[in-house]
Amino acid sequence: MTARNIYEQQSANKRKTVIVMALFAVFFGFLGWGFDVYFFRFGQGGLPFPVATIVALCFGGWSAWWSLQNGASTVLASSGAIPIDDSDPKYQVLRDVTDEMSIASGLPKPHLYVIPDPDPNAFATGKDPDHACVAVTEGLLEKLNREELQGVIAHEMSHVRNYDIRMMTVVAALVGAVMLLSEVGLRSGGFGFGRKRDSSSRGSGGALMFVLWLIAIILAPLLAQILAMAVSRQREYLADASGAELTRNPNALASALQKIDAAVEPTKSIKKGTAHMCIADPLGKNVNNKEGFFAEIFGTHPPIGKRIMLLHSMAYR
Amino acid sequence: MGPFLFLVVFVVIIFVWVIAQYNKLVTLRNQVANGWKQIDVQLKRRHDLIPNLVNTVRGYMEFEQETLEKVIKARNAAVTATGVADAAAKEGELTGALSRLFALSENYPTLKANENVQQLQEELTSTENKISFARQFYNDIATKFNIAQQVFPGNIIAGMFKFQASELFEVKEPAEREVPTVNLSLKK
Repeated sequence: MTARNIYEQQSANKRKTVIVMALFAVFFGFLGWGFDVYFFRFGQGGLPFPVATIVALCFGGWSAWWSLQNGASTVLASSGAIPIDDSDPKYQVLRDVTDEMSIASGLPKPHLYVIPDPDPNAFATGKDPDHACVAVTEGLLEKLNREELQGVIAHEMSHVRNYDIRMMTVVAALVGAVMLLSEVGLRSGGFGFGRKRDSSSRGSGGALMFVLWLIAIILAPLLAQILAMAVSRQREYLADASGAELTRNPNALASALQKIDAAVEPTKSIKKGTAHMCIADPLGKNVNNKEGFFAEIFGTHPPIGKRIMLLHSMAYR
Repeated sequence: MGPFLFLVVFVVIIFVWVIAQYNKLVTLRNQVANGWKQIDVQLKRRHDLIPNLVNTVRGYMEFEQETLEKVIKARNAAVTATGVADAAAKEGELTGALSRLFALSENYPTLKANENVQQLQEELTSTENKISFARQFYNDIATKFNIAQQVFPGNIIAGMFKFQASELFEVKEPAEREVPTVNLSLKK
């Protein structure tokens, strides 16, 4: 893999972030448009302009913008991450391997955080490499040796370098926004049905659109999550590979993954909304370790066995 | 007027393209220079750490005075090295001397237990790693620079403005091929 592929990867990721955001925007618009047509009777003698569409689009746009600016600190705060003390000898090795990886990748040093949790896990967040944060759990520092820790940090630095962190942070915030909006839609939907009976002007085409809209609102949170998971799974293989490219030591990352996998307890500090950002699924879900249709749709991470196998095959090439 | 306008547009496009290619090459050349500086920074850090290390272990390793002297001598030679080839050779000797010292230190259990030594060991391990990662990064970026100069049509621009291929960092001394194992602890 040459360095040029990484730049292509970066621009592909920036492009995908924009596409994902546009998809969400269309979706927000669709949700709002339904409100306008069916509840505010826009275009049928009701309100003169589509208020709900505008509100939903503004809300979506604001969520995306806000998540770019504050997503990282929100994620860090929600998982109880604490910035590390720069003079504490306990974190000397963590600081050193991070410096090494920032030299190997040619990126600025990320801000380091520690999560007081005995289960080994790690994630990276931030809007770009200049504002990147890497958080690791106390358990990770305890269980891994120097080389394995280096492998994990290399994996996280690859997420930083590939602009995965920006995409993941934005996706996390937008999934939350969709959930909120669809909740609001469903609640006011009950109120809307009463008014619907009064109107006799709606044709059968309108009714079909209404049903479609209702289905969209009900399925929205699920679809948004499936999208987030699909995005996340792809990124993990790539971060494993480019992490190995940084350390030139894929076996160390493989054995780190093995140790992370062996610790069966879920990482309690890490909330469901940030699960897709971690190096391994913090929820300890079984679905991630299986292959097949369900794992392909509902796992946030590819099967760890497959990742380890791929890393070993890199080592023996 | 038609063909004339077409010609003007064509010339402008070519001109903009040449500027873009030239700027790309200049950016890469600066990244290569910066990569080289990064190696220097790490080498200097190693030179600064060594006297500290030698002083700390001296008390424990009375019988290895000769090895310690060799490390000091190699270090001083490396500090005063001039030019790329000279520096590479002398840094290689220093790496060799250090790896002998670390191999010998395996025989001194009290040394391994010393907290000061453990901290120094971590610092040296990290510095050795940083040197090799800085070289790795330099080689990656220099390769990219060289490829950009050699592929068509980049080679036209590179030739026009007399860009020169960067030298890759190669391991020439056999001693330098040996990675020093900085492991005094045997823990884990």
